[in-house]
Amino acid sequence: MRTIFILLRKEFLQLFRDRFIGRAIFAIPIVQMLILVPAITYEIRNIRICVVDLDQSVDSRNLINQLDGTSFFEIRHTSFSEMQANRLMLEGKTDLTLQIPEDFGKDIGNGNPAKLMVSVNAINASNAQLAWGYFSGVIREYNNSLIAGNTEILRFQSIPRIEVTNRYWYNETMNYKFYMLPGVLGILVAAIGFVLAGLNMVKEKESGTIEQINVTPVKKYQFIAAKMIPYLLVGLVDLALGISIGMLAFNMPFEGNPLLLFLSSFIFLIGALGLALFISTITRTQQQFMFAGFFFLIIFMLMSGIFTPFDSMPEWAREINRLNPVSYIMRINRMVMLKGATFGDIRNDILSLTILSVMFTLFAIRKYRKTA
Amino acid sequence: MNKAIESIKVSKRFGEVVALDNVSLEVNRNEIFGLIGPDGAGKTTLFRIITTLLLPDKGSMMVLGLDTHKQYRELRKRIGYMPGRFSLYQDLTVEENLSFYATVYGTTVRQNFELIADIYSHIEPFKKRLAGQLSGGMKQKLALSCALIHKPEILVLDEPTTGVDAVSRKEFWEMLKKLKEKGITILVSTPYMDEASLCDRVALIQGGKIMDVDTPRRITEKFPRRIFHVSSDEMHRLIRDLHQFAKTDSVFAFGRYVHFTGIDDEVETSELDKYLSDQKHTNVLVEEIGPGIEDVFINLMGQQ
Repeated sequence: MRTIFILLRKEFLQLFRDRFIGRAIFAIPIVQMLILVPAITYEIRNIRICVVDLDQSVDSRNLINQLDGTSFFEIRHTSFSEMQANRLMLEGKTDLTLQIPEDFGKDIGNGNPAKLMVSVNAINASNAQLAWGYFSGVIREYNNSLIAGNTEILRFQSIPRIEVTNRYWYNETMNYKFYMLPGVLGILVAAIGFVLAGLNMVKEKESGTIEQINVTPVKKYQFIAAKMIPYLLVGLVDLALGISIGMLAFNMPFEGNPLLLFLSSFIFLIGALGLALFISTITRTQQQFMFAGFFFLIIFMLMSGIFTPFDSMPEWAREINRLNPVSYIMRINRMVMLKGATFGDIRNDILSLTILSVMFTLFAIRKYRKTA
Repeated sequence: MNKAIESIKVSKRFGEVVALDNVSLEVNRNEIFGLIGPDGAGKTTLFRIITTLLLPDKGSMMVLGLDTHKQYRELRKRIGYMPGRFSLYQDLTVEENLSFYATVYGTTVRQNFELIADIYSHIEPFKKRLAGQLSGGMKQKLALSCALIHKPEILVLDEPTTGVDAVSRKEFWEMLKKLKEKGITILVSTPYMDEASLCDRVALIQGGKIMDVDTPRRITEKFPRRIFHVSSDEMHRLIRDLHQFAKTDSVFAFGRYVHFTGIDDEVETSELDKYLSDQKHTNVLVEEIGPGIEDVFINLMGQQ
């Protein structure tokens, strides 16, 4: 224990002696959060529309007004030529083209099915889907109001219809930031420790200082522990900073128990650092470590479910994700922060995470051999 | 009392390269033992096995009566090692490095200060300076202090004087002598043949094999031939002409001189003198000298 303490003092001395790193470890997550959380968003506002209204009737104007009235759409262009509308889309000036044929108003008046044509720019498939989703919602509403208006005029007794009211649970206002923030937090906490701890270990090898340590009676686990603990603490401090920023700057709700979140992050950090130290024991230079480290970091992050929902991944990817500590912390963070999950709710995730963390750390200790 | 080091038929290879080939060696307690050999001879590999950093493929290595494989834990407390490359933390100060290594061994700087006082006094004025900013000679003294701070019984120094200026080298060997007087066994490797004569005993190593082990004096006495120290104004032509001399066995350049050995001990100074004068060399100097370690080394290499 005393030995670990001595090693730790040395690590902290070195960590904060480098004034750049000493500051960056706290500044980087703050700045990254302030940039990333508002920037990475799926919320679509101001979908740019070009309307080709060949009808120019009351009905077509009503429809257009209804579109313009929502915050999702913005009528950017109007035209009478389909060709011009297509060119605007080609030039990237519109996201969606709505064509209203000549007989639109007449058909509605006569009670015939009226037709519309919509083209969506699907370069970004998920944006296109969302735009279409919002758009068809507006049309449905318009349709309903037409039916309601007509039934009154025609004095039908009643038309059976289903009215749907929905509520978005755990994120009432569908604030995308609330969804991204716990995820971004998980990644930031891991990435800093992962890179710094791994590089630190490889640096000892590169500069030969590990030779001098290896002839001392310092034991393997003591050395690994001394490399892990400083970045574990840095990670937890960064997490606390991140949560505070989330709550202050983005009004992030925090439903669950903070202790549970810190416990999970603690276990997660051990895993991330264990993996970093394992990679550093099988690489010889800082460059090699960065290459191998990036490989894991990028795969783990992009597969973690931060952008793409976990459930929409193919079967094999979900299997791989069982070994991905980031995917567990991503779920845990969201469950605890947004849903107020208790230990019982996330027990399985915590258990899996613990197994992974122990495994990675044991790999690192085993592989770090003082005698080659 | 057991030997300080007992190496029994130790072999080590790295892939295709045989670094050590059946090395058997004994080092007595409280002697300065030199391992002399060119770069790549296997000196560092042998040292890394002795210091428990590397396991031999074959054979066994006993240091202070302890097996470097099975009893490495006990051994690490009693051995001091100074690697060939400066291996202290460059971003810690002189003072911090020293106290770090003292505490890692469970001791304090004050407890064993007496042992390093002489050496440390040279660098004490710079104790607040980062180790990375020290000069070569000072780095070497700091490294030695750190290797000694836990009062080891045996000190292993891998090429401690490589890249160090002549004055510091001389100082360094004087320090080693004083440490020996304090009862420490010293194992030192060097590529400099002139440092061999400062050791109590030396081993000559080449290509992973030990060629000879003895006192520096007896090693040179074993040299089979008389040896001449020859010089003239034209070095290159001198070597060429000596090679063409009928009674030449070997000719090697040593700085501004040439070391010459004849095919038998019948060759005389006057004979060489006459031959070279006939070849129109000017300022010819021929002198019989005692062989040095280097001559022995080259001779042994030639035999292999």
